[in-house]
Amino acid sequence: MTAALATSNEGRRKSVVTALLLAPTALWFFVLLILPMLVIIVFSLGERGPVGGYQAALTLKQYASLGSRLAAFKNTIMLAPAGTLISVLVAYPLAYFLAVKVSPRWRYGLLVLVVLPFWTSLLVRTYAWMFILSGKGLPALLAAIGFPEIQMINTPFAVLLGIVYAYMPLMVLPIFVSLEKLDKRLLDAAADLGSSPLRSFLTVTLPLSLPGVVTGSLLVFILLMGEFLIPSLLGGGKIFFIGNALVDLFLQSRNWPLGAAMSLTLVIVMLVLITLYVRLTMAASAGKSRSLP
Amino acid sequence: MADYEDARAGVFPRKKFMDLLKSYERGSISRRHFLGVTGLGAATMALGGAMPGLFTRPAYAEGDLGNQLSIATWPNYHNPDVLQEFTDKTGVAVDVNVFGSNEEMLAKLQAGSAGWSMFVATNYTISTYQQLGFIEPLELAKLSNYDAASQAQRFANEGMVDGVVYAIPKHWGTTGFILNTARVDPKIATWKEFWDRAMTDYTGRAIVHDYQLTAIGMALKYYGYSFNSVDTTELAKAEELLMKAKPHLFGITSDYQPPLRNGDAWMSLCWVGDAKQLNRDDPNMLYVLGAEGGEIWTDFFVIPKDAPHREAAYAFLNFLLDPAIQVREAEVAGYPLTDKRAVALQPAEVVNDPILNPAAELLSALEFGAAVTLTDPNRAEIIARFKSA
Repeated sequence: MTAALATSNEGRRKSVVTALLLAPTALWFFVLLILPMLVIIVFSLGERGPVGGYQAALTLKQYASLGSRLAAFKNTIMLAPAGTLISVLVAYPLAYFLAVKVSPRWRYGLLVLVVLPFWTSLLVRTYAWMFILSGKGLPALLAAIGFPEIQMINTPFAVLLGIVYAYMPLMVLPIFVSLEKLDKRLLDAAADLGSSPLRSFLTVTLPLSLPGVVTGSLLVFILLMGEFLIPSLLGGGKIFFIGNALVDLFLQSRNWPLGAAMSLTLVIVMLVLITLYVRLTMAASAGKSRSLP
Repeated sequence: MADYEDARAGVFPRKKFMDLLKSYERGSISRRHFLGVTGLGAATMALGGAMPGLFTRPAYAEGDLGNQLSIATWPNYHNPDVLQEFTDKTGVAVDVNVFGSNEEMLAKLQAGSAGWSMFVATNYTISTYQQLGFIEPLELAKLSNYDAASQAQRFANEGMVDGVVYAIPKHWGTTGFILNTARVDPKIATWKEFWDRAMTDYTGRAIVHDYQLTAIGMALKYYGYSFNSVDTTELAKAEELLMKAKPHLFGITSDYQPPLRNGDAWMSLCWVGDAKQLNRDDPNMLYVLGAEGGEIWTDFFVIPKDAPHREAAYAFLNFLLDPAIQVREAEVAGYPLTDKRAVALQPAEVVNDPILNPAAELLSALEFGAAVTLTDPNRAEIIARFKSA
């Protein structure tokens, strides 16, 4: 009886401590996430004020006119996944090399080099790309060695290059971590049992490093969906992302309700895509581990 | 002592560092866009604040003005030496916030967090700012260097609402187009030809401003409509042209000097100051006022209602209105002046420059931007759709 009471007291004290510990986080989320989200929802149902800004109303017409920004949605939904995919393809071999092939003596020094670009502002680095890709940069160099003259700056290619360049380190790190954790004895075992290196990679290394790939892709994809700086500098106003459309709606054309409706739509689109992606990759990795002999 | 100073600041002396930063801000790497995104002006402010030793603060005879002042203005629009001289004289450091368009400034004012003591505004915004209560009538008594009689009335009038002076001109100018005649036909003389050629033989080589007033205005001119039209059918035709031209454009940006200089772009909508700078460095750059017309404008100084550091703002404005200072400002900004006293001090080649001061008959076709264009929802939406198409 007394023992039971003591345990329940203990339990209550524990839950009070938990609540107190969580309070700052809860407050943080409420003030900086829930509250702004509510403001955005309310704004998205309003109308543009006579000189711009927000005017109270209850209408869905902002959502109805989202079609006028279809190109921005299309650019984002094409280029963000494409950028993520290319980042994976480029980052995986690099992470594999660092985690598996390089001697431990060099490993962390080389890893620092991957992160090194973050020591300079993204803006300055992207601005440098503007000059590299402009007519007197890379295209002139290519023309000098006999390629036909092509325009690089202000094209989807420039934007794609810019985003892969900027976000690839974020992809390398999680893949590196999951490859480094990999138990090398599993590969020895696979080899002992007659598996070719390619088969070992496909049936052992790849499935076990998949969590790193998933984490890296989500990290990069989410950031790319909200990207605005790189398309604005390397796209020259021709390749608009949703982020650019939002900056314009809030800071130039001053149509806050349409901007609010667009950001909500962006959040929903991202939730759907991310859920699909996580479901699919989890199913794939479950299927892979089941198929292991 | 000097050694001590250098040692304290590391290998790179402070003075040198600030000079370098100022030179960046002045234009070595600063571009409309770059500054718009970075707010290098704000960075200068933070650095200036963090290193108070940089700004010596002598006593100022006319009372305490505080030690800092925040202004909003255009890129490459002030002479850094002039700003430094004001700081040396009064102890007030000037933080420069750089914007790309009046619409951006309006958005900031509407969000209610600007904190500027003074800002620049183009003629077509003044009456709206006054109606919305964003600016105050100027206390001319505090501006001993202002002389209404010496102002060219045509320009100064735009700064008045019901006869009350809300704004004092800084510069006037025109908006036309620039052609790199080494690459394109120098005989292009009309907006119709500009747009048609941009979509045919010069595809991928033309730039349009990221600015509703001129981008839409010059598209309206293609059809011979008013630069300021807010008529929905006329705007619909302008939008049609913009959308049709978009795939052929090199870019939509107000930062058009770099691509013109490095040969990526061959023609662009152009403000006269940029035209002057481009032409000075490359005589092939030809500035044209489209035969159908275009824009003539005046940029003004205004003081926001409830401006922080108000006394310092008036002291700064009065300092800038000194004719000799106006001339030094114009040397950097490259735009013509409206104050006769200052014009009299300018070298003859500047006053008679055909780019800066075109013949009167060329100016007569130009229009001042109309107030309605600033807030017209259709124009705002058309430029937004044009960019996001």
